[in-house]
Amino acid sequence: MTRLLITGGTLLDQHGERAGDLAIEDGHIVAVRDGAGPRLTGDTVLDASECIVAPGFVDLHVHLREPGKEEAETIETGSRAAALGGFTAVVAMPNTDPAQDCVAVVDFVRAQGRKAGLCEVLPSGCITIGRAGEQLAPYGELAAAGVHLFTDDGNGVQDPQLMRRALEYAKPLGIVLAQHCEVTALTKGAVMHEGSCCSRLGLPGWPALAEELMVFRDIELVRLTGVPMHFLHLSTARSVQLVRQAKAEGLPITAEATPHHFTLTDEQLGGYDPVFKVNPPLRTRADIDAIKAGLADGTIDAIATDHAPHAPHTKEMPLDQAPPGMVGLETALALAITELDMPLADIVAALSWQPAAIAGVADRHGRPIAVGEPANLTVFHPTQQWAVVPAQLASKSRNTPYAGRTVQGKVRHTIFEGNPVVIDSAAQR
Amino acid sequence: MKHLLSIEDLSAAQIHHLLELTDHMVEVSSRPIPKVPALRGKNVVSLFFEDSTRTRTSFDTAAKRLSADTMNFAISSSSVNKGESLRDTIETISAMGVDAFVVRHKSSGAPQMVTRWTNASIINAGDGWHQHPTQALLDCFTIRTSLNRRDGFDGLHIAIVGDIKHSRVARSDVQAFAALGARVTLVAPPTLLPPSLDGWPVEVSHDLDALLPHLDVLYLLRVQRERMDDALLPSLDEYSAMYGLTPARAARMAPHALVMHPGPMNRGVEMVADPGELPGSVILNQVTNGVAVRMAVLFWLLGSGADLKSSDLKGDAS
Repeated sequence: MTRLLITGGTLLDQHGERAGDLAIEDGHIVAVRDGAGPRLTGDTVLDASECIVAPGFVDLHVHLREPGKEEAETIETGSRAAALGGFTAVVAMPNTDPAQDCVAVVDFVRAQGRKAGLCEVLPSGCITIGRAGEQLAPYGELAAAGVHLFTDDGNGVQDPQLMRRALEYAKPLGIVLAQHCEVTALTKGAVMHEGSCCSRLGLPGWPALAEELMVFRDIELVRLTGVPMHFLHLSTARSVQLVRQAKAEGLPITAEATPHHFTLTDEQLGGYDPVFKVNPPLRTRADIDAIKAGLADGTIDAIATDHAPHAPHTKEMPLDQAPPGMVGLETALALAITELDMPLADIVAALSWQPAAIAGVADRHGRPIAVGEPANLTVFHPTQQWAVVPAQLASKSRNTPYAGRTVQGKVRHTIFEGNPVVIDSAAQR
Repeated sequence: MKHLLSIEDLSAAQIHHLLELTDHMVEVSSRPIPKVPALRGKNVVSLFFEDSTRTRTSFDTAAKRLSADTMNFAISSSSVNKGESLRDTIETISAMGVDAFVVRHKSSGAPQMVTRWTNASIINAGDGWHQHPTQALLDCFTIRTSLNRRDGFDGLHIAIVGDIKHSRVARSDVQAFAALGARVTLVAPPTLLPPSLDGWPVEVSHDLDALLPHLDVLYLLRVQRERMDDALLPSLDEYSAMYGLTPARAARMAPHALVMHPGPMNRGVEMVADPGELPGSVILNQVTNGVAVRMAVLFWLLGSGADLKSSDLKGDAS
């Protein structure tokens, strides 16, 4: 049996920071040496000097495009991007073709993830059949097949009666419904944030209100039903405030924010470049500040990427015709470190154990670093600077809005189920 | 200057320069044979992803008067939706050898995107709700000529009335009129204004009648019938009653004041009076001036530098 060592790093988990070496065998941490004691021995040694050794990251929000749009991404290429970004588990959004609304499709997605073997791919399920907002998906069957998070992402559930029923029906199953908050009656044809930029550019606006109305509605539905809900990619200051208030009242609500929503504003659209088109749209400086404050005070539980690859030709369209979305798996950690004024431990919490709990995988991801725990780990250099070069991304698509930007913080090694799937920032399979 | 994408990209001095160039083009156009060799050998391609007979014809006439070669591609947006990306379309036609593309597109920003995929000059002939810079220039030229304002529009009060929100003409005109010194007031129901006017050099009014006697220029925009479907207006009748130019309203305007419209007019909606009976109407002058302005723009971007050489506009002997 091979024994993997990680030496010279600083261990960081929910119990704090300390220097330490690890030995990993058969998928588990078998020894931890912190300071004193005899040196550990092993067959493969990964150097972690100047690096943080943390529980593997969990991304609650990725689009892997398989089945259906393999030209943009496959589960294998997306998994590789995830591993390079330090993620050991990703929740695959259900807007595939066919949609993840039945056991056959979620089983396929999970199996493809296992075959790639780079991270754990957790298929989400749909809230409604075909994400059409009309008929409930079979939550019972899907939950039995291991699905924990359900969403119609890309579409918000418009009908309040249907959403109420979905929550009520979900109650005994212990699953989480996750909402893409957008009242579509207010976003017809919308291309970007409604404000001074869209007014000048002559583009239809996506008002903040369209998100906030649904956040408000769903908070009240959680109050009514007592069933937990997760809010996907919050983008506005008022949404953050509504969630803060709901949490203070003790409602079982969680929320995520994307790196692009805490780094980029709607002014980026000034050159009409579709790489900056995303849903919900990039908003204002005040919204960015509110998202950052929400992450800092724990109102927002998780940093999720909303990794949304698109084949180049689909982004070579005028802004209103191009599909929304940007890739994010490989830049998330660096953007968080570069842009967030938060202690590193809080950033790792928002990338690891907090999303692990929401995804229902806290038994194997985001675990404390201790003997006997599953070896899903990320080793990253917190101050290393690097430039984002689209052509160097492992994702099949190139639609990163950060091309040319220098960021700080680089994933060095990723250990998935005890295997070093990334060594020295290079994927091993 | 390589492209003309937006009035925003022009300084007041550059606008004045283009208007002066237009004076020369008016002179050329008045000749018995209105054709000069200035752009001989240049290839100007009209790329209209959205129908517009009048703008396309105006550019075509302008290019021909300057002896450029012209090609017209009318590309239905459906063929683009069938799979050919905008990039493929541009690169393919560019490969034939093009000096300037005149681009009309229903999507805001499309002409700006096009600049990435060709070395040719791009002239924006109207993009979505965004810009229609040659329209703004011809509007400026018309006001300058009709009110004898060669030095600028200081002290002029111009009202733009109608569907500002969806209007590329309004966005271009506001910037051009303000750059030349005019006071600009937007007049519309709030539903037909953009969501934000932050940074716009304008005032806003919802009371056309109070404004009318004080205006030097009344600029009417076309109000499209489908606006009622989006609950932006209760009815076109109500719009007419509140914002339409009726004979009674026309009678309350100052004697020297101009009435303008980018066309095509919605008779009985924004234009209730017969424009032929309005003494201040310069609507047909706008069309005439359109050709000369577009000649000036083509010459400016493709000609022998910004300065006019006498040989450029010498009559074609052949």
